[in-house]
Amino acid sequence: MKEVKCDCGHVNPIGTILCESCGKVLEEKEKDNKLLDMRYEGSARRSQTYNKTIIDKIWNFFSSVKVGVWLIVITLIASAVGTILPQEMYIPPIMPAAEYYEDQYGWIGKLYYDLGFHNLYSSWWYLILIASIGISLVICSLDRVVPLYRALNKQKVSRHESYLQRQRVFGASQPEDTDKAFTMAKEKLKSKKYSIREENGNILAEKGRFSRWGPYVNHVGLIIFLIGGMLRFVPGMYVDKILWIREGETKVIPETNGEYYLKNDSFILEMYDKEKDNEVFGEAIDKAGMVAKNYQSNVTLYKKQGDTVAGEEADLKKVKDYEVKVNKPLKFENFALYQVDYKLNELNKMSFALTNKKTGEEYGDLTVDLNRPQDEYDLGNGYKAEVVSYFPDFEFDENGEPVTKSRIPNNPAFVFKMFTPDKPDGEISFVAIRQTIEPFGDNEYKLAFKGIDTKNVSALTVRKDLTLWIIALGGVIFMIGVAQGSYWNHRRIWLRRVNGEVWVAGHTNKNWHGLKSEIEAALDGTGILMPEDQLQNQSEKKS
Amino acid sequence: MKKQRLVMRTVILLVLGAAVAYTLYANFTKDKIQKVAVGEKAPDFVLTDMDGNKHKLSDYEGQGVFLNFWGTWCKPCEKEMPYMNNQYEQFKDEGVHVLAVNVGETDLAVNKFSERYDLAFPIVIDKDGQVQSAYGINPLPATFLIDKDGKVVKYITGEMTEETIKSYMEQIKP
Amino acid sequence: MVTISSNLLYTAFILYLIATVFFAGSIKDKNRTKQGPNRWASIGLWISIIGFAAHLGYFITRWIAAGHAPVSNLFEFTTFFGMSLVGAFIVIYLIYKTPILGVFTLPVALLMIAYASMFPREVSPLIPALQSDWLHIHVTTAAVGQAILAVSFAAGLIYLVKSVDQTKQSKQRFWLEAVMFGLVCTLGFIIISSSFSASGYKAEFNWIDKNGQEDVLEYHMPALTGPHEGKLITKGKFEPLAEMPAIINAKKLNTVLWSLASGVLLYLALRLVLRKRVGAALQPLVKNINLDLVDEIAYRSVLIGFPVFTLGALIFAMIWAQIAWTRFWGWDPKEVWALITFLFYAAYLHLRLSKGWHGEKSAWLAVIGFIIIMFNLVAVNLVIAGLHSYAGS
Repeated sequence: MKEVKCDCGHVNPIGTILCESCGKVLEEKEKDNKLLDMRYEGSARRSQTYNKTIIDKIWNFFSSVKVGVWLIVITLIASAVGTILPQEMYIPPIMPAAEYYEDQYGWIGKLYYDLGFHNLYSSWWYLILIASIGISLVICSLDRVVPLYRALNKQKVSRHESYLQRQRVFGASQPEDTDKAFTMAKEKLKSKKYSIREENGNILAEKGRFSRWGPYVNHVGLIIFLIGGMLRFVPGMYVDKILWIREGETKVIPETNGEYYLKNDSFILEMYDKEKDNEVFGEAIDKAGMVAKNYQSNVTLYKKQGDTVAGEEADLKKVKDYEVKVNKPLKFENFALYQVDYKLNELNKMSFALTNKKTGEEYGDLTVDLNRPQDEYDLGNGYKAEVVSYFPDFEFDENGEPVTKSRIPNNPAFVFKMFTPDKPDGEISFVAIRQTIEPFGDNEYKLAFKGIDTKNVSALTVRKDLTLWIIALGGVIFMIGVAQGSYWNHRRIWLRRVNGEVWVAGHTNKNWHGLKSEIEAALDGTGILMPEDQLQNQSEKKS
Repeated sequence: MKKQRLVMRTVILLVLGAAVAYTLYANFTKDKIQKVAVGEKAPDFVLTDMDGNKHKLSDYEGQGVFLNFWGTWCKPCEKEMPYMNNQYEQFKDEGVHVLAVNVGETDLAVNKFSERYDLAFPIVIDKDGQVQSAYGINPLPATFLIDKDGKVVKYITGEMTEETIKSYMEQIKP
Repeated sequence: MVTISSNLLYTAFILYLIATVFFAGSIKDKNRTKQGPNRWASIGLWISIIGFAAHLGYFITRWIAAGHAPVSNLFEFTTFFGMSLVGAFIVIYLIYKTPILGVFTLPVALLMIAYASMFPREVSPLIPALQSDWLHIHVTTAAVGQAILAVSFAAGLIYLVKSVDQTKQSKQRFWLEAVMFGLVCTLGFIIISSSFSASGYKAEFNWIDKNGQEDVLEYHMPALTGPHEGKLITKGKFEPLAEMPAIINAKKLNTVLWSLASGVLLYLALRLVLRKRVGAALQPLVKNINLDLVDEIAYRSVLIGFPVFTLGALIFAMIWAQIAWTRFWGWDPKEVWALITFLFYAAYLHLRLSKGWHGEKSAWLAVIGFIIIMFNLVAVNLVIAGLHSYAGS
């Protein structure tokens, strides 16, 4: 195979369909068509012209738009499948996923789980699909943008007759004064912001060529976007932690290398109130019962001063007070803290009164801080209570022994030893919520429940995402490219003198309606007749 | 010309292929990534034990440290405690130190637990979670074997038998 | 203010209805001149514009009353969608001056508004996740994008009505009729549910849900399919014909069955009156239309709508999701369906630009695209549970 030399003298790359310079049809197959296929200006798509090594074959596979469209369609269908049942990350953690799907959705759920669709979007094959789209984007664009650039850059003003005749918009006419008609048309086209090129008395008016680059610009944007998505997996780029923090508590913020601390001053939950809020909401509030208005943590951010080792009392300097709300995260350095969850009224303190069971007489109160209980509580006058065991989240295990499920005081229970002047050896009592057990027979005294004190707990997501700016950049470039390709049109109008006639042809990549009305306006009064839409004529003849 | 094209194509495909391969690899190993990796220096910390003595990790350089994170509600932790205690008695004179870091429970609960199992090794409480955060602890129990140079030799999650505990201590003996 | 608002919406609805009649009349008008639209069409246009203004009035007054843009639940979103559709139609009409587009677009908008009013219409307060300016920005842009894409559906439908041969048995003829049937079923749903709600039908059931919990369920249509172990507790109401297992939402299924039944009846009635297929009956309306022009309208609507949709439903959505939900993308069903819509129209553009899918193929794609958009609007809110499903309650 060799390069193709056109009659006009221009040398074209192999596989060229229309001469880059004059537009003459070079490809035999194309010669019979009434209208030219103007896609990519009839330039040679390199990939289709070589097919020798395995590398070429892979390249050509990804270079095909057909393959690209199939990849899009397969991804589309796969994505849809993933929405049939909720993904694993959205199911409530009440039981293992394997059981949950079958339990909730029957055999369909089991099948769904067995096929791995419960984690479809992070499955290897879905990632490969997305990656293939990315590769296809790179190769398709490279293969097309270079020849297209060449073709548009090399085009001559005087196009070959066969090229003009086979444009969708084409007409020939004989105005009285061709020179005058040309001058008039030129002025009008100029005023319509066309750039005019002249050569041997022929005219090429062109505008909006940059819209042809739109698709490639948006592909670049998408590729940058995908690179951003890929960087997510690089260690250190992305942090996703949750921080549960009680009111009054100060905690180190995870993943900040012990640099930042957070104190939860208070957590606020507000509901809409029919009386106080906008009265038009009344009906909706009645219907829903309760509608949440605000979730808010009032926090203080601290930064550690100096170099301390983990575990050491850190010297904290206040950075700022902030109200973290939904839609209003606290930002510092590359981190952001989001209000995501809460737990109201976690038990904080419990109060008891040492009481004589018979007489009901009380010998003093004791208040146990559930997160910091003491070994014993001295009530004076020889009355005291010793804590033998403490179970913050109490249950009985399989042997009937009291144990704790966690360190969180969800259901606190104690084994107390009560000392009184008349029982110096003490009496053992097991005290839990709404339950007292006296394991060694009847006691004379009891610790009567007096009351509780609670605290709210707030959950904040700790997020760092260093890929955001890349993702954003990709998004912006994509939007620019899409807008460029969609809202501008590449229009060309050729005026050529052929044997005393004036031939007019027009081409646009889209919006023929607009092109035709511009040609009509430009030719109005020049004596050159409005060219016809050959495609429309064809279809009208047919119907 | 042709050769140049082939080289170009090969390079581009290799770059794209490598990017995809890395992404897939990273995606499937992301759950396994440890904050403190084997071979790295163990992050230093200072915590106070139940008797009020301060324990600073870097002070134990020259000795092996068997660093265990635990909670009283955690069954496997509870089970391995007596084993650790036995082996501690064997190895303490051979330069292996045991530090049991409780993940921030109450003094009372920890004391009662320690009394119940009559634990001899120092128990420290990580009240504000700094040390857990530095070591990226989750779930329990978690054990780090630290050698005499202060480097992490091994990271173990889940319950250990007395046998394995013994072999681990053997491993970090200076 | 709320009353003024709903009256304005009602006015808009009536005006759109009248405008449709005028646009249809302009096609039947024998005296039409070759150049440009006739008087019927310009009256139709003016009525549409006034209707649109009234609709805009509804939107503004409701915004003032609620203190937030009325796009926060399914009723508000769908009416806004209808409004955007009319707006997009007016713009496209001004470019191409084709009355036939009105005959197809306005009824779709009417169906949309009527469908919207089947959902709770009271002004609801914003939950914390929605309290952001991005609510206005994201939702309105996404809706406008979808509405412009919907114009391509109307244009595609016109194309198909004209180009599909009604005299021969073919796949095309079948599926075109299926689309018509779908539209008739929507109408059926609207008629049946508004007549039952006008009659105030209410039947309560005690039933047991899939977690074994007892609960009460309120039906607003006679129950064909009763809930799991359901017991009718409202006296004198219709006993269910069949009981559903707990994992099937019997109430929604019941609504679907009623809509289908009324759709079938309505469709049969239409066939009886017309004595031919709905597609065939519409053919005379499109007799004089130029296929290339309709094809171009469909294509341009996609070209105009696609960037707007991407901006609103993906880019703005991601920005807001990053602020409200801590991550810009989380594979929530609504997000996924926005991505599917994006991918679909991307495929449409590639097929058209590179594979030369013009004309009928392109028209079919426009129809499928609209079905995907509607699926995202209806099914994803009502059937598939997700973070966005507050919009469907």
